[in-house]
Amino acid sequence: MKYVDEYRDAAAAQEYAAAIVRTVTRPWTIMEICGGQTHTIVKYGIDELLPKAVTLVHGPGCPVCVTPVELIDKAWQIAARPDVIFCSFGDMLRVPGTTGDLFSVKARGGDVRIVYSPVDAVEIAKQNPAKQVVFFAVGFETTAPANAMSVYRAKQIGLKNYSVLVSHVLVPPAMEAILNSPTNQVQGFLAAGHVCTVMGYVEYYPIAAKYRVPIVVTGFEPLDLLHGIYMCVSQLEQGRAEVENQYARSVRREGNTTAQDLMAKVFCVVDRKWRGLGGIPQSGLGLTAQYAEFDAEARFGLSAYTAEEDAECISGLIMQGVRKPEECSAYGTRCTPDHPLGAPMVSSEGACAAYYRYRRLRTHAPVVAGGSSRG
Amino acid sequence: MADLKDFRLECPLPLNDNERVQLAHGGGGRRMHELLENLLLPSFGNDMLLERHDGATLNIAGAKLAFTTDSYVVRPLFFPGGDIGTLAINGTVNDLAMCGARPLYLSSAFILEEGMPMETLRRVVESMRVSARAAKVQLVTGDTKVVDKGKGDEIFINTAGIGVVAHGLTISPRSVRSGDAILLSGDVGRHGIAIMATREGLSFESAIESDCAPLWEPVAALLAAGVEIHCLRDLTRGGLSSGLIEIAETAGLRMAIEESLVPVREEVMGACEILGLEPLYLANEGRFLAFVPQRDVERGLEILRRFDVSRGAACIGEVRVHPAGLVTMKSRLGTERILDMLSGEQLPRIC
Repeated sequence: MKYVDEYRDAAAAQEYAAAIVRTVTRPWTIMEICGGQTHTIVKYGIDELLPKAVTLVHGPGCPVCVTPVELIDKAWQIAARPDVIFCSFGDMLRVPGTTGDLFSVKARGGDVRIVYSPVDAVEIAKQNPAKQVVFFAVGFETTAPANAMSVYRAKQIGLKNYSVLVSHVLVPPAMEAILNSPTNQVQGFLAAGHVCTVMGYVEYYPIAAKYRVPIVVTGFEPLDLLHGIYMCVSQLEQGRAEVENQYARSVRREGNTTAQDLMAKVFCVVDRKWRGLGGIPQSGLGLTAQYAEFDAEARFGLSAYTAEEDAECISGLIMQGVRKPEECSAYGTRCTPDHPLGAPMVSSEGACAAYYRYRRLRTHAPVVAGGSSRG
Repeated sequence: MADLKDFRLECPLPLNDNERVQLAHGGGGRRMHELLENLLLPSFGNDMLLERHDGATLNIAGAKLAFTTDSYVVRPLFFPGGDIGTLAINGTVNDLAMCGARPLYLSSAFILEEGMPMETLRRVVESMRVSARAAKVQLVTGDTKVVDKGKGDEIFINTAGIGVVAHGLTISPRSVRSGDAILLSGDVGRHGIAIMATREGLSFESAIESDCAPLWEPVAALLAAGVEIHCLRDLTRGGLSSGLIEIAETAGLRMAIEESLVPVREEVMGACEILGLEPLYLANEGRFLAFVPQRDVERGLEILRRFDVSRGAACIGEVRVHPAGLVTMKSRLGTERILDMLSGEQLPRIC
């Protein structure tokens, strides 16, 4: 298929892999931020094409994975109400909360619907004036503009029965949290191409300078990743720590300013709790005072609710690149896509799901690490 | 061996979400298999059921018959390339064909919802009439029930079918041998995308039509030519991946396929890219796998390509021994990964 096949070409992939081998003289650890990139890497076996000296670790960029369990619980409680139509991206429905996933609410009679765009949820609200329609607004900077648009439009047309359960998170604060961690091993980043399509990459300059790490904005196809890795190891070998753009066919330096303007109208930067990582200051988006009436947590009286995550799930360590999924004692045993302990095992962008789906070989018993891997 | 089923038995988690039936229990993936393994097979287990084939092959008074049943609950009722009526005939005809049986007689049971437009029912019945004639089967018995408004979804159909087995082969997952070639009768994923596009109001540049079709003709031609068919499997819910995984697990062998050999139409590929879906997991209604010895590959493909329904047939890989019970796929980059069965249906991703 045109515009796809050329980024999955085997000969070109081998050339990039050979160039990486020629460039690398010592061990380097690189983190790809986005879960979509993780899946491409594992699905196509990109890491198998790399020299042993290059270690890829998987970052926190899976919107489903970083949504804290208490928010899943809040979604569950809202969706269980008879007066509510709860709309969500499909990905979120299988993520376990402490009471179950959204599919289990649906099985109990909750009106839970998969939508492809939050704007569809606004339409559903218009068509069902007697119901409260709630959209589960999760994701990074990538999904924020469309979610902002839905709230903006709801206000414009005076919708009183639409609200959003917001769990938006931002990439740069998460990168800083990882770099500040005493266990950090990451020496270079592949930044998430789609996030940068919206936000540009100016905000990465201070991070590259402060922490002396190369940051390469990278796409999602196999050749994008190999090219991004090549650019990143070249910087590391040359002692550079710059922001570079591999994904120039989609990303501009300033990003999509129209989308940013809309986001700035509807959202403001707030402190956010991340699943597995805990609270990170100024790391997410919440509704501005002007749009506070669309806050589902306030509307349904859930602002004070909290819940603890499963202690056995080490998703935090995995999303900081400290552990690989196979090093978790529950991986493939007490935690599988059918019976997950945490979101990384069910999300289509989760690192644990990627390993389980593409890499597990039944002749190899799941690697059972010692008790130290418990989070 | 570290079999996953063993782990599941000692899983200490309370399986609260399994205490109610969920959509995934009918999705053709791992959840549905759990239901089979944990409830249905232990309750009804017998040699014929444990074959885990698309239908049962029965020896009755000297005759070898195949018997199968299937229920149809599709939404929307009408979609590009077919409707619930064509599915209800072809689905059961194909299950018989996968036993190597010539489909002969079908039963049909309708569960109708009060208030459903009679015109809708007429259209469905007309589709069934046309499909039955095309597949050369007769509807010889049936039943109709009507449920209260709101207790059904307009129309559910169950069909059961009987066919006659007129060859000496044992066509079953257990007959698959290491070294067998894996033949696929055409491009995959069209039915799944056609349904999803209609259901969700997604429009693509060119309409993607379901591949819904009867499959007995090409199977009959393979049998008539003396191709030594070891196993047949039509690819419905769960798609190519689930079909291969089921056979790998039942046969205790490895299915090794190559991504570049699996035919997928460009428009299906495009829709998958947009929605974050994998074509190998999408539903089909007119595609099947045939496991044959290597010596029959060329002849088998040549025969399949004579028919419209299997014009795009291809050999996509072969059966190997290790690692047993797994499906592996060589990617376009030359690396190898496994194909895992999904929990339920594929879900479109966030971004």
